[in-house]
Amino acid sequence: MNRYSRDQMAQRVARDIPEGAYVNLGIGMPTLVANHIPKDREIVLQSENGLLGMGPAPQAGDEDYDLINAGKQPVTLMPGASFFHHADSFAMMRGGHLDICVLGAFQVAVNGDLANWHTGEADAIPAVGGAMDLASGAKQVFVMMEHLTKKGESKIVKRCSYPLTGLACVSRVYTDLATIHITPQGLLADDLVEGLSLEALIKLSGISMQARLS
Amino acid sequence: MINKILASVEEALADVHDGATILIGGFGSAGLPTHLTDALIAKGARDLTVVNNNAGNGEHGLAALMKAGCVRKLICSFPRQVDSWVFDDLWRAGKIELELVPQGNLAERIRAAGAGIGAFFTATGFGTELAKGKETRQINGRDYVLEYPIHADFALVAAETGDRWGNLTYRKTARNFGPIMCMAAKTAIAQVHRIVELGAIDPEQVITPGIFVKRVVQVERVRYDPTPAKRGEEK
Repeated sequence: MNRYSRDQMAQRVARDIPEGAYVNLGIGMPTLVANHIPKDREIVLQSENGLLGMGPAPQAGDEDYDLINAGKQPVTLMPGASFFHHADSFAMMRGGHLDICVLGAFQVAVNGDLANWHTGEADAIPAVGGAMDLASGAKQVFVMMEHLTKKGESKIVKRCSYPLTGLACVSRVYTDLATIHITPQGLLADDLVEGLSLEALIKLSGISMQARLS
Repeated sequence: MINKILASVEEALADVHDGATILIGGFGSAGLPTHLTDALIAKGARDLTVVNNNAGNGEHGLAALMKAGCVRKLICSFPRQVDSWVFDDLWRAGKIELELVPQGNLAERIRAAGAGIGAFFTATGFGTELAKGKETRQINGRDYVLEYPIHADFALVAAETGDRWGNLTYRKTARNFGPIMCMAAKTAIAQVHRIVELGAIDPEQVITPGIFVKRVVQVERVRYDPTPAKRGEEK
């Protein structure tokens, strides 16, 4: 079975972010989206630790230990960037000022419920960070994840079995097999990876969906 | 004459008592007041409740404070990191208590304490395990959770420049929790890299006004590699 690579997934997310958008990219796979934003598009990246106008990673040797992203990796500034304290940073999310956030996930349910902070296992150290603030506060929540678990189970589910991050908050899921739009009419799929039919995608997911007409 | 400048970190922490609640600034290593946390270890503080975004990195700063057995309880949003093995081991051994808080709630609860707010309703966490048992209310059709402020005895923050009135500026993303933590504690203590004459900080550039700060102490700049450390290879 063909699958989109992580970079191809990031490219598809970047393609759908419009000019002028204020965007937060979650740690992990969503960070890759920054590398694929079209050069002719002005998009402002927010980092939860108090930075708007985040630029790419610095050249080796130019790292500044006071200039990092949410994943604690060194970053740079774009012209027009600004710094602010944590309460202001989270007011940007919680106050509905952020246009899009892109998050990783363990599971997304058909109603848009998101589970991405805790597996619920007794020995697993729970960590939530800004995920719940982004899930409930950003105008649009995009999820980027592999479609299936390592065991082949669908991560798009009727009902999340993992603890929830936010209720009915996800509007779109970019997977390595397709893009799934969560709409009041149900799940609409498009951008299926080459060679994969809608019927096959439905069978793999165990969930009904329809083709999205573009 | 007002003079909040003290000669040493030891003097700045002289009245920290066992069992105190301490807000510690920083996001990872950026903005972590390591000279002050090292002095807390040397002082032998015990039973502390510490509030920080993370649970320490490598074996310096907050991680060292926990390793030294000073911390009874940690209130934080993101303990699990590739280089948080000190916390991981303590938590799995049941030797440290954890209160996990969504990061925006952590920030707003600290801010609320500083602003005299009794409690506030927020949409964050509604319907999740982290809101279990908390009061909720529907306001204009949206569901909210009631959250209470985090008051503290002390705040320890790392700033860039300070003056004798306690005015502070910060450096880049090392600002993070500093300004709100200074507001929320009975006694805010800032370690700074530069102390300047009163009036030398442009009033337009003051980030934390001196009213929120009780003590300022100058320390040397220490450079921590921001990339995560590996166990046994602390940089």
